[in-house]
Amino acid sequence: MSVTAPEATSAPAPSSVTMTKALNQALRDSLADDDTVLVFGEDVGRLGGVFRVTEGLRAEFGSNRVWDSPLAESGIIGTAIGMAMNGMRPVVEMQFDAYAYPAFEQIVSHVAKMRNRTKGRVSLPITIRIPYAGDIGGVEHHSDSSEVYWTSTPGLTVVTPSNPADAYSLLRESIASDDPVVFMEPKSRYWMKEMLSLPVTTAPMNRAQVIREGTDATLLAYGPTVRTALDSAEAGAEHGLSIEVIDLRTLSPFDDETVSASVRKTSRAAIIHEAAQFGGYGAEVAARLTERNFTHLSAPILRVAGFDVPYPSPKLEEFYLPTVERVLDALESWDWEL
Amino acid sequence: MTIDVPTTGRSLPQLQPISFIGADGRLTDTPTEGLRIPSDATLTGLYRQMVLVRRFEAQVTHLTRQGRLATYPSAAGQEAAEVGATTALAPNDWLFPTYRDSAALLTRGVPVAEILAAFRGDWHCGFDPQEYHASPSATPLATQTLHATGFAMAAKLKGEDAATLTFLGDGASSEGDTHEAFNFASVWQTPTVFVLQNNQYAISTPLREQTNATMLADRAAGYGMPGLRVDGNDVAAVFAAVSAALARGRNGDGPTLIECLTYRMESHTNSDDPTKYRDSEEVEHWKQFDPIDRLEKYLRQSEALDDAKVAEVAEAAETLAASVREAMNQEAEIDPRELFAHVYATPRTALAEQQQVVEAELAAAGRA
Ligand SMILES: Cc1ncc(C[n+]2csc(CCOP(=O)(O)OP(=O)(O)O)c2C)c(N)n1
Repeated sequence: MSVTAPEATSAPAPSSVTMTKALNQALRDSLADDDTVLVFGEDVGRLGGVFRVTEGLRAEFGSNRVWDSPLAESGIIGTAIGMAMNGMRPVVEMQFDAYAYPAFEQIVSHVAKMRNRTKGRVSLPITIRIPYAGDIGGVEHHSDSSEVYWTSTPGLTVVTPSNPADAYSLLRESIASDDPVVFMEPKSRYWMKEMLSLPVTTAPMNRAQVIREGTDATLLAYGPTVRTALDSAEAGAEHGLSIEVIDLRTLSPFDDETVSASVRKTSRAAIIHEAAQFGGYGAEVAARLTERNFTHLSAPILRVAGFDVPYPSPKLEEFYLPTVERVLDALESWDWEL
Repeated sequence: MTIDVPTTGRSLPQLQPISFIGADGRLTDTPTEGLRIPSDATLTGLYRQMVLVRRFEAQVTHLTRQGRLATYPSAAGQEAAEVGATTALAPNDWLFPTYRDSAALLTRGVPVAEILAAFRGDWHCGFDPQEYHASPSATPLATQTLHATGFAMAAKLKGEDAATLTFLGDGASSEGDTHEAFNFASVWQTPTVFVLQNNQYAISTPLREQTNATMLADRAAGYGMPGLRVDGNDVAAVFAAVSAALARGRNGDGPTLIECLTYRMESHTNSDDPTKYRDSEEVEHWKQFDPIDRLEKYLRQSEALDDAKVAEVAEAAETLAASVREAMNQEAEIDPRELFAHVYATPRTALAEQQQVVEAELAAAGRA
């Protein structure tokens, strides 16, 4: 789908690659290419992280490049700031979405603002990896979608891949970026497989991508809900609807151009996300699409999102998460006769 | 069967603060933990810088009262800690200050207009951190202690001969980041010196409501690092202790916590009324321990200082004060386009669009 064949001739034959493996390879390649790249965080060394994204890296690069930090999220981000000020490119892991909250202050008050505070004299090339969202049967505090905290913070770039190829390419690009990046990894997609030969270069970081063409409506999704959007488009086709699907890939900056072009073509759009609806990312998307494309729209932009409740316990997850049925219900709610 | 207990690195700091020069200007008989009193030449330099700093603080406080600056947290009374600690830094070391530490930035050589940019409302950090090896002053309490630790960690990984020094207050010592920084620095053995200026108050909250610990320097033991309690109004003690701690860090022996016992003579900033939380007797009491008076007495006794020298330093202080007035009388040039200039290294279309709004407004106002 979104994969461009790599230029390199030495790339191995395609094999089945999980998102976890793709991320792991992106870290490995970044560590190998640039001595200033450092990987640290809770359990990322010996264990390779609770999702094994950093597996084998400590053994390969040594404990001066990849190590287990003390258990303290603010400490991890705060020290990453100092390291970045001293010429390093730290890639740090927050073990789970909700466990990034102790580091909130360091992220929003310093990571996001250092460049601005210092008139561009100090930039912080830090990549903050956050496994996020649900659908893995996790207990509480293990399934939050925290993206809006980061997307509404100027100074941060927020990236979220939905497939292994993008995971590799976007992570490489995030680490190379001179801006701090919050790199959100959809936990429920960690084990998704794809036939790939790494390294791979997909579309650039700040571009959304049309991953299924259609003419009747546009579904916007990112990270974990891209699968839901594709399945909904498939189901819609059975009802005679031609649905375009866009994978946003980067939440901040928002790719107005690609998304508006699609919406102008289809005249209808819905955004799907797991996070609660109120004040969620969908609200921003709906507002900006309406502002830019009002006369091209033949129906209100809809949101299919999580309910405005704390992320539920595993047995209630299926009632919370946006499903294909709810997406289809939303599509149906439009007055197609207009 | 017994369990092997490692005993290294376990010692509590002495209760009596380390001090060389007493309030009367004479050498004390307090233990000095093997530290050596700085030479008269060094002390004369520290005296001069403290006098400059005091005049600077007084001038800025005055200008703030006149409305020239939006706000100002003065370190008057804390000159020994500010100057003693900062002077101990080598050029290659880095300073991680807070809002209270303009005196440290002045000592580091940052021009007055650049130090005061933040308080005047011109820009958050008015100086170039790379040029002065000083981080922007942190306002969210204790956050900078982690930056200092991370910076020192990178220095260690790179094999650089650099240490870091960060200031924090007694109030900030209650924040979680302080704990995290002490712990990270000690686990990683980074060349970091934490200078805790215990000035007895966090805005209005007195020390006894901030902590139930006997003394803040004791905390170091729990992290496996040395802690020292220093008479923070004795610049000789501060300089000696911080110099030793920096040397220790550079030597690969890890961080040190230094608690400086001192007192904030002014209000927290111009916007609080200290009479609501402390009485004048207490302020008068602390005046007896004034860091400049005692050093002057000491240096006069040893004849490193005389009337002529004192007058010369006072004159330099007046010159500095004049330069502060002049700098604050000049309106800084502020370009509204800078709102958008330093948010991202990678240009953003949406910001470019928002910039056009401001440019159109400027054009309409004839300011383009
Ligand atoms: C995280 C945070 N909480 C609250 C404040 C507001 N505040 C600014 S200074 C201050 C008191 C700090 O006291 P202390 O650490 O003792 O330093 P001092 O001002 O005495 O130098 C407070 C509460 C802040 N800046 N940051």
